[in-house]
Amino acid sequence: MSSHLDHLGRPIVVVTGIGVVSSLGRGCAENWTKLTAGESGIHSISRFPTDGLRTTMAGTVDFMDVEPMSAPALSFALAKTATQEAVDQAGISAGDFPGPLFLAAPPVEMEWQHRFALNADAPDSESEGYKRMLAAAREKKRQDLFELFQFGTTADQITETFGTKGLPISLSTACASGATAVQLGVEAIRRGDTGAALCVGTDGSVMTESLVRFSLLSALSTQNEEPSKASKPFSKDRDGFVMAEGAGALVLESLENAKARGANILAVLKGCGEKADHFHRTRSSPDGSPVIAAVNRALEDAGVTVDEIDTINAHGTSTPENDRMEYNSLHAVFGDRIHDVPITSNKSMIGHTLTAAGAIEAVVSVMTLREGLIPPTINYTNPDPDIPMDVVHGEARSAPVKTVLSNSFGFGGQNACLVFGAAE
Amino acid sequence: MSSGERKPVLITGIGLLSAAGEGGDAHRAALAAGKPLGLTSEGFVPYTVHALNEPDWSAQIGRRDMRQMEPWQRIGTYVAGLALDDASAKDDELLDRMDMIVAAGGGERDIEVDNTIMDDVRQGGDPEVVVNERLPNDLRPTLFLAQLSNLLAGNISIVHKVTGSSRTFMGEEGAGMSAIATAHARISSGQSDIMLVGGAFNGEREDMLLLFELGNVLSHGDGTVPVSQREGKDAGFHLGSVGAFLVLESADHAKARGANAYGELTAVKAGHGGRDGSALADRLSGLVVDSNIGADVPVLSSGTGLPDLRKAEQSALGDRPVRHVGTVFGHSVEAQFPLAVALAALELQRSATFDGATQIGASAVGSWRSEAVALLTKVKEGDAR
Repeated sequence: MSSHLDHLGRPIVVVTGIGVVSSLGRGCAENWTKLTAGESGIHSISRFPTDGLRTTMAGTVDFMDVEPMSAPALSFALAKTATQEAVDQAGISAGDFPGPLFLAAPPVEMEWQHRFALNADAPDSESEGYKRMLAAAREKKRQDLFELFQFGTTADQITETFGTKGLPISLSTACASGATAVQLGVEAIRRGDTGAALCVGTDGSVMTESLVRFSLLSALSTQNEEPSKASKPFSKDRDGFVMAEGAGALVLESLENAKARGANILAVLKGCGEKADHFHRTRSSPDGSPVIAAVNRALEDAGVTVDEIDTINAHGTSTPENDRMEYNSLHAVFGDRIHDVPITSNKSMIGHTLTAAGAIEAVVSVMTLREGLIPPTINYTNPDPDIPMDVVHGEARSAPVKTVLSNSFGFGGQNACLVFGAAE
Repeated sequence: MSSGERKPVLITGIGLLSAAGEGGDAHRAALAAGKPLGLTSEGFVPYTVHALNEPDWSAQIGRRDMRQMEPWQRIGTYVAGLALDDASAKDDELLDRMDMIVAAGGGERDIEVDNTIMDDVRQGGDPEVVVNERLPNDLRPTLFLAQLSNLLAGNISIVHKVTGSSRTFMGEEGAGMSAIATAHARISSGQSDIMLVGGAFNGEREDMLLLFELGNVLSHGDGTVPVSQREGKDAGFHLGSVGAFLVLESADHAKARGANAYGELTAVKAGHGGRDGSALADRLSGLVVDSNIGADVPVLSSGTGLPDLRKAEQSALGDRPVRHVGTVFGHSVEAQFPLAVALAALELQRSATFDGATQIGASAVGSWRSEAVALLTKVKEGDAR
């Protein structure tokens, strides 16, 4: 019995299923092959016209056959595909997942195509756009649009499809959302509320307006000429992140639960750490203290020291601010050892999948543990001298990996870190 | 189950802002009076909403921060401050380790920009060309930060320094239910000592009216018919601007710092699923049983005024006395269940609606999905405020 408890007497949490979709492809195998080969999924946007936009590239997922296309429809399709892979791998029977859903989903609003369609339906007695749309809605209810743009809709669909139990939780902690979904699952299992939890992050929200919004905040790379080279974390000439789409899914279980049903254990989720920042809406405290606290809390929660971290899956967005702040904070936690710990950013290849990023990078962290191979950070040809870290570049690096730290940070002062360990 | 003993969870702070104004006394009295507040159609004809009774924002939010926020964020940030004050919790050490869950939707769109784009297209402009030309030039760069769901929590961190952890739950009414349920679970299991939890909603928005009108859930009446009696054109809800935050705290933690409690949050149970036939009523009945809500315990409902949903709720609640908070304050979506729980706590502290009740329930049925119930219990003499 005690072997099922961790260093703080809580149920040990393990990963028994993973699934992923990104601009690189569908499924763990295809993504892993391309990630370790250093391929980029970033390309010029073809989903909508980019005339007049400062950024014209993204890591959109264009192979999902979603019709009609909308951000919530694509986000659901991505989440469903990743979740199917994860529950299949976990050997959980179809449509009857034995625990709750924690879903990191993009906050999506009605899209321009829908506004224009409602406007076209409107009676001519109204002239202003919203009055017209409201008049159209009064005349002809659109339950389909209502359901499509409820923030709870993607979670509802995943719950219906996979039979998760109870009220699903949809959450957003901006670009840390995927990690927060995992964290909530860990907490539920540690409380003894459930033996299993489904943790998913999804984002299919690359649309004209979302691109413009990030663009107006000067957050995006504008190196449009060679899209595959635009995301260059930790490089001197990095100029912003590249928006992208995808989903990551993890089946978490208590060790006891997993053993009892003879499940294959992929990795141990050793710990989580979180700390909010009160400095600014988009920028981190200059002294890095909240990020430092989040990393330290994750290590403490996991019961590991910095010396035991074999590699770091960085947040590494390729924005000037994030990458510098991430290094400074890691330096504060790891001391000079930070120069020798292999670190990598998956965002160099798949871009920044925003709401999904933390979940996708958690999946990649698990694959890194299992394969003993660290995917490279591509486009690292011009290292930033102010970020002297052992950035894995060129080729994937073979290394014995027993413990991985995965970082996620977001607008609104969100900082969440996860520590994964190898299965015993 | 490995974690064993559950700790009592106390409500040690309440922040409320609505058509009734701000604070516990105003809301307790408004609930007892039972009359709709703040009704207006100005700018929203033919819809009626419950407009906010605006406070002096500067009491909680500095001028520079105010400029960064849209109304929903102001409401939430203001009310979070009220709750923290009420709990005597504005202490640096405490705020640094206080956990937070915010139930949020999305922020206000720029209606003028939207209308201009729709107008341009109506005049014959190519939709894609108009969008690509207008959005980069017409949108305020920082508006996005007033729209992102998690930026209400972000603003609370910035203005009030709550930074132990920060999570934002989404999903309409269900977000508020999950927020309260998760906060309760974390404290009762010992995962957290003290949490700020709640939500905020601006009901004076055409973009929100549109979303709910598409689903045929808005009342087309004048707002004077109580939620319990809405049928026909009155069926459904009137949006209401509301902020509702609670400080939840373990009994040990509250005692150690000498904090008073309104009452104990004894149980919170939430559910989800389809609503065909008796499915909703059956699930709700199960939640009522699981929460141990006694047969004569009065209940504050945060339900919507949609007749089918109300009937399902009634069948699950049986003969218990029920008051609908939506009659007075309107429907505030993510904030509605936190509002009902806060009102129940106020009522336990000093009854004005349910004479001398020592336990009060709170119930919730989302307009499309999600349902929950909670049970609150009066704390012993000496622990009370």
